[in-house]
Amino acid sequence: MYRYDELDQAFVEERVAEFRDQTRRHLAGELPEDEFRPLRLRNGLYIQRHAPMLRIAIPYGLLRAPQLRKLAGLTRRYDRGYGHFTTRQNLQLNWPALADVPDILAELATVQMHAIQTSGNCVRNVTADHMAGIALEEIDDPRPYCEIVRQWATLHPEFTYLPRKFKIAITGSPEDRAASEVHDIGLRLKRGAGGELGFAVLVGGGLGRAPVIGALIREFLPLGDLLGYLEAILRVYNQYGRRDNIHKARIKVLVRSLGTARFRDEVEAEWHACRGSAPILTPADVERMRGFFRPPPYETLADRDVAAGREPRFAAWYRYNTRAHRVPGYRAVFVSLKAHGGNPGDATAQQMEAVADLAERVSFGLIRTTHNQNLLLADVPQNRLYEVWRELETEGLATPNIGTLTDLIACPGLDFCSLANAGTLGVAHDIQRHFDDLDYLYDLGNIEIKMSGCMNACGHHHVGHIGILGVDKHGEEWYQISLGGSANGFTALGEVIGPSVPKHEVAATIGRIVEVYRAVRAEGEPFIETLRRVGLGPFRAGAYALHPQAA
Amino acid sequence: MRYILRRREIVADDWAHLGEAVAGDAALIVPLTDLHTDAARWAAWRGRLGARLAPADRVEDLATDLPRLDLVAIEFPNAGDGRGYSQARLLRTRLGFSGELRALGAGVRQDQVFLLARCGFDAIELAPGQDLEAARRALTRYSVAYQPGVAGVTPGRQRFLAP
Repeated sequence: MYRYDELDQAFVEERVAEFRDQTRRHLAGELPEDEFRPLRLRNGLYIQRHAPMLRIAIPYGLLRAPQLRKLAGLTRRYDRGYGHFTTRQNLQLNWPALADVPDILAELATVQMHAIQTSGNCVRNVTADHMAGIALEEIDDPRPYCEIVRQWATLHPEFTYLPRKFKIAITGSPEDRAASEVHDIGLRLKRGAGGELGFAVLVGGGLGRAPVIGALIREFLPLGDLLGYLEAILRVYNQYGRRDNIHKARIKVLVRSLGTARFRDEVEAEWHACRGSAPILTPADVERMRGFFRPPPYETLADRDVAAGREPRFAAWYRYNTRAHRVPGYRAVFVSLKAHGGNPGDATAQQMEAVADLAERVSFGLIRTTHNQNLLLADVPQNRLYEVWRELETEGLATPNIGTLTDLIACPGLDFCSLANAGTLGVAHDIQRHFDDLDYLYDLGNIEIKMSGCMNACGHHHVGHIGILGVDKHGEEWYQISLGGSANGFTALGEVIGPSVPKHEVAATIGRIVEVYRAVRAEGEPFIETLRRVGLGPFRAGAYALHPQAA
Repeated sequence: MRYILRRREIVADDWAHLGEAVAGDAALIVPLTDLHTDAARWAAWRGRLGARLAPADRVEDLATDLPRLDLVAIEFPNAGDGRGYSQARLLRTRLGFSGELRALGAGVRQDQVFLLARCGFDAIELAPGQDLEAARRALTRYSVAYQPGVAGVTPGRQRFLAP
């Protein structure tokens, strides 16, 4: 993975010094809150319901073991001994003290980490496929390009005060695990007519209040023009994106108001006009960056049947929590942060340290965070899987539910977030309790539940097979349920099935929805395909069948 | 007397804004709309002339005036409105403006000057009450940058150079 050179290290240290000075001025009363706010946001610091919240960047979800250990130590020293992994592959601390934040950032800088641009109206953490570099069907590893974009976007002099936040995702596989179609810019690696690498460029996707699937504005962009083209898009947006209404300030609104064709023409014209002064990536730049992401030194191993003769719980874990690997004899192992009874995406300091230790022993010392709020050990030899399972089991990290209904995504909700209208954690716990029978879960197969506590959609509810959106009704928490969304390869936005339901009814309503599925599915047919085949009608009827108090 | 930051020096401002009392040959900064609506008056102006752009103004609309202008001032009504950064960059790189490029407005404070300078501003008129000396120091807050700059403050090391 990428290692800082002197330039990167000097930069993060100078950034810490700058924020230390800004925090000092703020606490001394020299920098009022309205002036401090955009500065602290660009260093990852929100003021939340209970305390400040610090969002630490994990660029494209990749961590070295000492970095994860550092994060664990920070949660112990400055927080309450746990952290929350987010859908954008970052880590949030819920309880730091404002005066401590410069020290936290200084500690992060000692392990080549930071919290720069994890919030605020600027280019955010660039996200990628968590299977990058090991997926069987991958065209090219997206991470070198993610790192190039990360560096280019860091304190970009022209684009640090955009109309609104700006999210970029890069995928290297046809199966789009990075959800590139619901980002401000989605980049999809592909090969051109002569076999050369480049990107398809999508713009204006996003969730939030008005969910939109991104529009393709360029079929093929050569690698060398990546940064020049991004600058052209950002310059058009920076000048013409709306700034009068926060709810209309995302680039998707600009794309929609101009129309895709005219937006594309503006970008192309800008791109051609600025080519003489735009940064270009030379093949040497690209090659240098690719050098950081070369495959680790795999051993020559053969695939083996590791589940044979083992206990059923291990076999279930193997089946659900591990994935095929490009290299024979290896598997990718999910570390489930979806224990029943826990908060989705939360990990304690002890769990983080255990995963860091395991990574050093069996997975080349690297850990990935996933968009689904789990961790991943990407390169585990199959002959170590049983040992890995036992350790994860001891730490409560082996719930064999990846890809099942209880591997659900949830934002922190009303318990932490000052934007939320309704809680998500209590509902998640209800769902986990309702679906605690693993055999029943396995019978249901792949069902993705995504839940947000408000329409900002941090929990990506629009693209859940089952989406749950918390709403406030006269001070009470109610939940709107949608069906049919998806984000992997075939992006679709779910449709709300009917009136919202009260908190205590959410799990039972989902129970009735999946019972409809069990009744009407064809042999071997996954939930989302049954939904697409039979439509919402039967689900709508079933969901409310026993539910007189829905309003 | 107003003081500004010009390159890395604190200097007395030798320009006036339209509306401030000045002699007929003063160096004067005039909003773009006034410049165009009262073109004859400014064509006859004996002193040096500067134009002032609001965030929504298009720099292209200034193209024909540039040969007559010694200064362009770009307004930042608040720190969050970043349109002026693109205006500055376009003026320097696309329209080739080499006169004084000045940032002004309530959004111009010490925490913005590093970015402003990297986009081609060589003069900073801080928001009222802001500390010029602190702003001068902030120009050299970073010794490195990832992107090519336009002019002004160029840190020692940068990555992804222009062709």
